[in-house]
Amino acid sequence: MKSKSTTSRGIRAAITLKLNGETRRVDVEPNDILLDVLRESLGLKSPKIGCEQGDCGACTVLLDGKSVRACLILAIEVDGHEIATLEGLTADGLTDLQKALLEHNSFQCGFCAPGVVLSATELLNNHPTPTEEEAKEAVSGNLCRCTGYKPIIEAILAAGRKR
Amino acid sequence: MAIAHQFEYVKPGTLREGIRTLARYGSRAQVLAGGTDLISLISDDKLLPEIVVDIKGIPGLDKIELKREPARATVGVLTIGALVTFSDLRESPVIAKKFPVIREMTGWLASVGIRNRATMVGNLCSAVPCCDSGPILQVYDASMLVAGSNGKRKVPLNEWFVGPRKTVLKRGEIATGVAVPLPKKKHAACFVKLRRYEGEDLAQASVTVLVFAGNSYRVSFGAVAPRPVRGEKIEALLEGRELTDDLIRQAVKLLPEEIAPITDIRATKEYRLHMTGVMLERGLRAAVARLNGNGPEYGTSLI
Repeated sequence: MKSKSTTSRGIRAAITLKLNGETRRVDVEPNDILLDVLRESLGLKSPKIGCEQGDCGACTVLLDGKSVRACLILAIEVDGHEIATLEGLTADGLTDLQKALLEHNSFQCGFCAPGVVLSATELLNNHPTPTEEEAKEAVSGNLCRCTGYKPIIEAILAAGRKR
Repeated sequence: MAIAHQFEYVKPGTLREGIRTLARYGSRAQVLAGGTDLISLISDDKLLPEIVVDIKGIPGLDKIELKREPARATVGVLTIGALVTFSDLRESPVIAKKFPVIREMTGWLASVGIRNRATMVGNLCSAVPCCDSGPILQVYDASMLVAGSNGKRKVPLNEWFVGPRKTVLKRGEIATGVAVPLPKKKHAACFVKLRRYEGEDLAQASVTVLVFAGNSYRVSFGAVAPRPVRGEKIEALLEGRELTDDLIRQAVKLLPEEIAPITDIRATKEYRLHMTGVMLERGLRAAVARLNGNGPEYGTSLI
């Protein structure tokens, strides 16, 4: 990681990041939001544009393994870091969590799905067999207006039981 | 696509370099740590900095450290660095063991995705009246650690907040952390937060209670005044007295002298005042019960 960098306004600077396991270089301006760079410059459409103020969780990505809001991070901040999106997660087929979500018919419109999957993936990485409370807490920042969360929570717990 | 407003970005590698940049730009600079507050303010054109100073490259600011420093009333001082996130606090064994009420607070703060990025010191610097870090640290008599061109200074949290989004931080200064004394006397605490729904929401009102063996109490309130406030009159009333139904009633009666709630999008002032009384009662009872070893587990919602 660069220890020191100054980037002037309106100037494009190259950043390097590990995106879904692959090293990528991309030119960004200081005021570019990570979410926009992921979608527009790097072609990843799974992080969704929702509220754009950190409330809805539709833009969730994993930054160094932790779920974060891509709408509240400058692209230039992730220089030298690792980002994972849903596209990276499914590189080798569906994960146990995704299979469980399918089996439980957890989503309807699917807009919140990428964020929910990443938040729940982080939970299962840290707590392989989570409690219902932990599962609820993990996705409480991912707004779903279709399902009422019940089938989502059930799927997360089922994925945990499989471990 | 980008934020409409253009700015310069700098990531200093040392504290000195950061201070120098902040001193040069003054109010035209904004410090970036977690960014969960700052980036949304810039996106909304509510802040238009000329330069954003990302302090994540400054070494040593990401630590949670409890140092043994025996003094008259304390056994040590906990330092929480400016880059420590709420998730870091939630996962810290030292916090869970010595400051369980801080951990209790982090469980009701926003969502995991925000906690993974937002810092406690940033929460204290953005200084919104409904911040949860302010009242919880006020009962411990915590102090902000500030570094500037003229050296370092410590600001007691009771003097830190000036009003909504205003602190005593001066031009060219960086808040490098917050220092929280660990009391010597046996103690227990409780944090009660009123929200509209489970999951992430800002406080409509919050009450923090710290109680010491021998019936000494400290109370503070969030989201019911222009800044987080300590309830000094209530503390004086309670001092040295065993908690009884009558004493709690007297304490709740003093609330209008301690707080000044307003009506806004999240609640009316009448509702806030009423519920602060309910929460004060439950918080006092739970903190005392915890002190006696028969209280609700930390993290149990009382509301």
